[in-house]
Amino acid sequence: MAHEEEVLGKAYDARLMRRLVAYLRPYWLQVVIAVIAIIGSAAGQLAQPYLTKVAIDRYIAKGDVSGLLWIALVYLAILIASFLLDYTNTCTMQLTGQRIIFDLRMEIFTHLQRLDLRYYDRNPVGRLMTRVTTDVDVLNDLFTGGVVAIFGDVFTLAGIMIVMLGMNWRLALVAFSVLPLVVLVTQWFRRNVRGSYRTVRGLIARINAFLQENITGMSTVQLFRREAMNFDRFDAIDREHRDANIASIFFYAVFYPAVQLVGALAASLIIWYGGMRVLAGGLSIGALVAFLQYSGRFFRPISDISDKFNILQSAMASSERIFQLLDTPVVIQPPAAPVARPADARGHVVFDHVSFAYNDQDYVLRDVSFEVAPGQRVGIVGATGAGKSTIINLLLRFYDVSKGRILVDGVDIRELDPGDLRSLCGLVLQDVHLFSGTIGANVRLGNAEIDDDAVRRAVGAVHADRFVGQLPEGLESAVAERGSTLSVGQKQLLSFARALAFDPSILILDEATSSIDTETELLIHDALRTLMTGRTTIAIAHRLSTIQDMDQILVLHKGQLREAGTHQQLLAARGMYYRLYQLQYKETPQPTAAAE
Amino acid sequence: MGPTRRLLPYIARYRRSFGLGLACVLVTTAAQLTAPYVLGRAIDDLTRGVTRTKLLFYGLVLLGIALFGGVFLFLQRSILIGASRDIEYDIRNDFYAQLQKLPLPYFQANRTGDLMSRATADLNAVRMMIGPSVMYLSSTILTLVVALSLMLSIDARLTLIALIPLPLASVSVKFFGSAIHRRFERIQAQLSELSAMVQESLAGVRVIRAYRQEGHEIERFRASNQEYFDRNRGLILLQGFFFPSMTFFLGLGALLVLWLGSAAVIRQQMTLGQFVEFNSYLVMLSWPMIAFGWVTNMLQRGAASWKRMLEVFDAVPSIADPEHPALAPHASGDVRGAIEFRHLTFSFGQRPVLQDVSAHIPAGSTAAFVGLTGSGKSTLLSLLSRLYDPPPGTVFLDGVDVRELPLAVLRGAIGLVPQEPFLFSDTLASNIAFGADVAGPRPDRDEAVRHAAAIARLDKDVAEFPRGYETMVGERGLTLSGGQKQRTALARAIMIDPKVLILDDALSAVDTYTEEEILSRLRDVMKQRTSIIVAHRISTVRDADRIFVLADGRIIEQGTHDELVRMNGQYADLHRKQLLEEELAAS
Repeated sequence: MAHEEEVLGKAYDARLMRRLVAYLRPYWLQVVIAVIAIIGSAAGQLAQPYLTKVAIDRYIAKGDVSGLLWIALVYLAILIASFLLDYTNTCTMQLTGQRIIFDLRMEIFTHLQRLDLRYYDRNPVGRLMTRVTTDVDVLNDLFTGGVVAIFGDVFTLAGIMIVMLGMNWRLALVAFSVLPLVVLVTQWFRRNVRGSYRTVRGLIARINAFLQENITGMSTVQLFRREAMNFDRFDAIDREHRDANIASIFFYAVFYPAVQLVGALAASLIIWYGGMRVLAGGLSIGALVAFLQYSGRFFRPISDISDKFNILQSAMASSERIFQLLDTPVVIQPPAAPVARPADARGHVVFDHVSFAYNDQDYVLRDVSFEVAPGQRVGIVGATGAGKSTIINLLLRFYDVSKGRILVDGVDIRELDPGDLRSLCGLVLQDVHLFSGTIGANVRLGNAEIDDDAVRRAVGAVHADRFVGQLPEGLESAVAERGSTLSVGQKQLLSFARALAFDPSILILDEATSSIDTETELLIHDALRTLMTGRTTIAIAHRLSTIQDMDQILVLHKGQLREAGTHQQLLAARGMYYRLYQLQYKETPQPTAAAE
Repeated sequence: MGPTRRLLPYIARYRRSFGLGLACVLVTTAAQLTAPYVLGRAIDDLTRGVTRTKLLFYGLVLLGIALFGGVFLFLQRSILIGASRDIEYDIRNDFYAQLQKLPLPYFQANRTGDLMSRATADLNAVRMMIGPSVMYLSSTILTLVVALSLMLSIDARLTLIALIPLPLASVSVKFFGSAIHRRFERIQAQLSELSAMVQESLAGVRVIRAYRQEGHEIERFRASNQEYFDRNRGLILLQGFFFPSMTFFLGLGALLVLWLGSAAVIRQQMTLGQFVEFNSYLVMLSWPMIAFGWVTNMLQRGAASWKRMLEVFDAVPSIADPEHPALAPHASGDVRGAIEFRHLTFSFGQRPVLQDVSAHIPAGSTAAFVGLTGSGKSTLLSLLSRLYDPPPGTVFLDGVDVRELPLAVLRGAIGLVPQEPFLFSDTLASNIAFGADVAGPRPDRDEAVRHAAAIARLDKDVAEFPRGYETMVGERGLTLSGGQKQRTALARAIMIDPKVLILDDALSAVDTYTEEEILSRLRDVMKQRTSIIVAHRISTVRDADRIFVLADGRIIEQGTHDELVRMNGQYADLHRKQLLEEELAAS
């Protein structure tokens, strides 16, 4: 994935650029200040050669030592002013760049918080992270290092030309006559370097791909004794990379001397032609010296501009990817006129002929209908891939049903605000997701209404206080990244506490299958009982004890609802549930049952 | 200095290039410093009156000097940077060769991305240290020394005065450099904090949506983002000083020269030409002052990166050929294939995986291992190929401790097919012949590939692939199904004609019917060989000569299928459950 993303697009794309520039709009005042400062400091850079001219022509020629002091003072003033302008410019522009980065990051992250889960299914977390971090950083280079510097370069160049023309237009034109050469050299360089830059990037991507593959598959390489052969392959790519780089050195090695040579040509012309003008009395020596000094500063901006090219190129590629993300529409939206959540929400759930496919035609649920009365407990059982988790995903409206409808307290969930719908539900997943922060923060999440007392009560009610109490700082103890210091059972208890603290009308539960020590198992069992009291419960059940207590058990098989009833009814029916039960939930062997 | 010394052998290999390159630096610098002198004389002549021919002469000399210096500038860059590319290539090859020697546990302890960045980003920093830094450093020092002496020879007093602000510039480079570095590190730290926050939030998207925490997450992100901005502001406000203050100090030098130098010209202590010449030298000096800080930075980064690379170079390849290999057998072909585990106890760190495992598998027989996930089956078989190293005296092939066999003989004798095989981005044929190609090109390669694929029942699938055996597979080719991957890996193992074939749950993604076909074909191939099968399906293992049942790293039952069923223990329980499952699947 990583190397595919390094493919470079166009260096300049007007559409993307316009969109990027739009981010500057809120900061127009800063931009204006920065531009004024840039112009000012570009003017400051012109000062020294001109002052030299004045010193030579006006004071040295007349032997006026005291007048030199004035030159020095003016120069000092210009230096101080340039310093201030430079500082203002750098800080304003870079801070504005950072603010735009901040805005852009907020926009991306906020959009990610709204995007459908389908989008998350298609894009691995690593890729989405790259959008928020690396891609935005690349744009930072554009704002802070690249584009603005080009402005400065252009102003300096223009300033130099104007001053030279003003001092002596003929000599100025003679000096400018080398400019086409600079343009030619620069273009030759840019064209070739761009090509070889791409070749080298491509080879680096190949080196990376080779390393990635061979490090990941190193034991296969070693088991099949391919070391020598794969080394030769690596050597071939590495060699190609070296040769491509050495080839590209040529362009750099020609470019810099060539620019210097053109500079020397300009100096020679100034000495020769300008010298003749001096002899003819049409030019002062001071102006000649100033011309020489200006011509030395003439070429730096031009070679700078070609340096900025790569920055521009990668910025375009990054912004393209960022805008693609921002342009992805959110499908599951609150309806225009959401139906208010029934005031006496009791948790009545109806699945009415629901079918669903993650991809167009691969239905994972087919025509599933069932009803859960308020306060009822329903267990869903079935083999992997039967569609159990999909039921949870649909009820919470992570996805929209393909056919049929889901009613909660008599209202189609598509007519509710998704936030309202979800606030009725409490979700406990197999894989408990813990956030970095304290234990308490993981129970209340961001809900300020849940105070310390409520957290403590919830933690106590699910028996999580036993292990929390043993931690040095209790509820204030930090949770390590992804809760790695807690056991699976402890994490389960914490997620129960979280659900309890939010006090939902409907509890949605995906029981953990992983084995847990007996003591925690008993605690979990008891905690679950507390949690389910007085709530509608829909559970994907794996535990014997949970299943037997359910008011209703739904048996899913290949996306279809095959059986429904209580534990005893279904066992008596000797159907699919009976066999599933034998297979999955009976832990002690019962040869007699199997023989029947 | 210690670690950097270890670069010397690489540099020594290209000492001629470095010698030549440095000589070119000398010539270039000398040429560049001649130009102001010529300029000075031209101006002096102009003040006195001069012929047009003389002017033309000065112009041509200037051009000639630039041409001469340009040629050497070209050579200098080509030679020195070229040598750094050569060294980069050498180091990268050595780095990769070292990686190939390191054992599996090393790759489990070190993230792939981290190793990759050492081979690319860090190596590049090292190259910058030995290429561009050397070039800039030498030309900087030369310019400094020569320009200074020329300036001193023109006017010692003015030189000293003009130089007063320069050390200030260098000091400010040094001061700002380290302060900027510290702030930069704080920014990087906050960036990884921010990344971790985003990662956590994106991975927990379901919980966040279910508990309506989107707003809270956005606020958390805003706080982290704001902190990042604030730290950046700290850097910007400091960095904003850096270049303007450089310009200021250098400008101060120019100011002094302009003021006092002009006065000296008026007092006729120097000529106007010398004044111009002096000014040019000062401009030439300003670059080294800036470059100095920059090069120091490059050297520091290079040294840090080289240290990171040395960590990999210094890792001990713990699983290597024995110093005194056992005499027999000499080649993989001589192996008979008798395997023995003798009171084998093995742990990963503190966690015991295998405890007192003893088993004997006679040459030419078929053995099977069953047990729950995590019971230690895969580890046991990895020890046989020395992917992990078993303790001495616990694992034997043909009665010889595997630790005393040359790795090539040991691994050449064993064909291991893992549950999640790794295929390379290459053609299907190359993947199948992966181990066989090592022996060099063989005329009947295509034939042999086809034969191995037929045994693994891959042939039918291949018939439907766009380019048959030449179809690219892996990350950038056709995506194979789990079962196709497993069968490719099986064909790959068959191709090396192993004396011991290990199927580590290697047909788990293959349907039962095809599995049976494969097993019956394998039976012919494996007549004279030892096979070891790990499986969850009883149907796969029931015909084995001996079945071992593993639980928590111990062998708890062993015997033939019938014996084990009669024993009515764990194996019999598993057997019953699977019969039920088949019944269920049929419904």
